[in-house]
Amino acid sequence: MKLTLRIWRQTNASDKGRMVEYKLDDISPDASFLEMLDVLNEQLIAADEEPVAFDHDCREGICGMCSLVINGTPHGPERNTTTCQLHMRKFKDGEVIDVEPWRARAFPVIKDLVVDRSPLDDMIQSGGYISAPTGTAPEAHSVPVPKPDADRAFEAAECIGCGACVAACPNGSAALFLGAKVTALGLMPQGQPERWDRVVSMLDTHDDAGFGGCTLTGECTVACPKGIPLDVISRLNSDYLKATAGGKKK
Amino acid sequence: MQAVAIAIPAIYRSTVGKKAVMAVTGGILVLFLVAHMVGNLKIFLGAGDFNHYAEWLRTAGEPAVPHRTVLTLTEVVLTLAVLLHIWSATSLALRARAARPVKYESRKKSHARGYATHTMRYGGVIIALFIIWHLLDLTFYAVNPLGSSATPYDRVIADFAPDRWYITVWYVVAVLLVGLHLWHGAWSAFNSLGWRTKRNDGFLRGLAAVLAVVIAGGFVAVPIAVTFGWVG
Ligand code: HEM
Ligand code: SF4
Ligand code: FES
Repeated sequence: MKLTLRIWRQTNASDKGRMVEYKLDDISPDASFLEMLDVLNEQLIAADEEPVAFDHDCREGICGMCSLVINGTPHGPERNTTTCQLHMRKFKDGEVIDVEPWRARAFPVIKDLVVDRSPLDDMIQSGGYISAPTGTAPEAHSVPVPKPDADRAFEAAECIGCGACVAACPNGSAALFLGAKVTALGLMPQGQPERWDRVVSMLDTHDDAGFGGCTLTGECTVACPKGIPLDVISRLNSDYLKATAGGKKK
Repeated sequence: MQAVAIAIPAIYRSTVGKKAVMAVTGGILVLFLVAHMVGNLKIFLGAGDFNHYAEWLRTAGEPAVPHRTVLTLTEVVLTLAVLLHIWSATSLALRARAARPVKYESRKKSHARGYATHTMRYGGVIIALFIIWHLLDLTFYAVNPLGSSATPYDRVIADFAPDRWYITVWYVVAVLLVGLHLWHGAWSAFNSLGWRTKRNDGFLRGLAAVLAVVIAGGFVAVPIAVTFGWVG
């Protein structure tokens, strides 16, 4: 395949940054998007130029490190698929492909396509955990969980924390991420002791980080590589209002 | 109670709390719209019924309470609701703008929800301008062709007379925008209050759609009927 790439290049956080055009010949349609960028980087290194910086780790769709807004869509054109699992056969021969970093005030660019996503970690630290004794794991069946709750919690727990929801949201909100965490933990018996503190602390951290508020555009769930459903946000709202206006948070 | 009173400002400062305020104030406005629409439709019963209804709005509750008490209270609640609604919308819009200082180069096409979602903000601004016009027209009579000496019925008939077709167009466009606003807004309100679940989502969307269509339909009926000479 022949491709024209327009890639965001930015030397460091204080650089203004710009789109730079690159031409590639002979890309295999079976290459993944990141492998295609690897080929580009080898050519850049051979030509003594600075390779394009981008985040990645597992390359099998589970770690949440890869990002990239491809032709205006986080994780590219294929639904429910991370950038690392996206293949070049999804593009046309000769296509011009724009590649940009996640854009959010809370996610400043570190270099090229790499952004600082630590506000997501800050939210986890402020409440996305349960208290559990260390040592031997308890017998899994000793605490019964209703099957529908277990299924919904599992669905929400699929969130890999990539931040595509923020990148897609016209309001720059991380409500889908937050809803996924609050739902996954709040549906489990083990998540009950911190339930009301969790939702308030996590939302406070979210708002302080400069994310926007959710207006239910639904862009997040379409961009989410794990298809986290929009209704987790309703649960987030419900738990927050019960914790605060409902006086559940002690 | 005291704890709740202290909690409310803190709740309101959060992004979730602002949406809850929008949902509650929006809900108050929807209830008002339904009542207002039903009142308007009395025009089809003739001048007598319509004028009598307009009179009743001012005398409701008498003699238990003084003249215009119920109407004035309603006006105060509605004004507060509109102000809080716009205040929250504006503050969330400013937040959203600040949340993405650098825009995407490749214009992002919307992949989700339809048209209504993307008209909430500017549609809301047009609705606000319409509310001002509408008050100047049929509450304060400043832009009404007849003015304060006429009856409410005659003012409406004169307002939408065929040669003032542009006023009819303006009312119809504004009311259709209200319908669009509710198409997304009424559904969104259930989410903002945390009442949506996987199972009731289809029902809530349907409810919002019915509400939007009934309210828009009920309101456009009057100006259109007058312009085409079906009443009056
Ligand atoms: C006066 C000017 C108005 C402005 C600027 C305005 C603006 C907005 C905006 C920006 C939203 C947020 C949409 C979202 O986040 O999903 C909204 C929601 C809403 N609006 Fe309005 N609006 C106005 C008037 C009205 C009126 C007259 C009604 C009554 C029919 C109304 C009912 C609603 C409802 C029910 C919602 C849903 C609240 C929620 O999302 O929780 N609005 N409005
Ligand atoms: S909700 Fe989806 S898009 Fe958002 S961080 Fe989790 S996996 Fe990524
Ligand atoms: S690199 Fe791990 S999810 Fe894509």
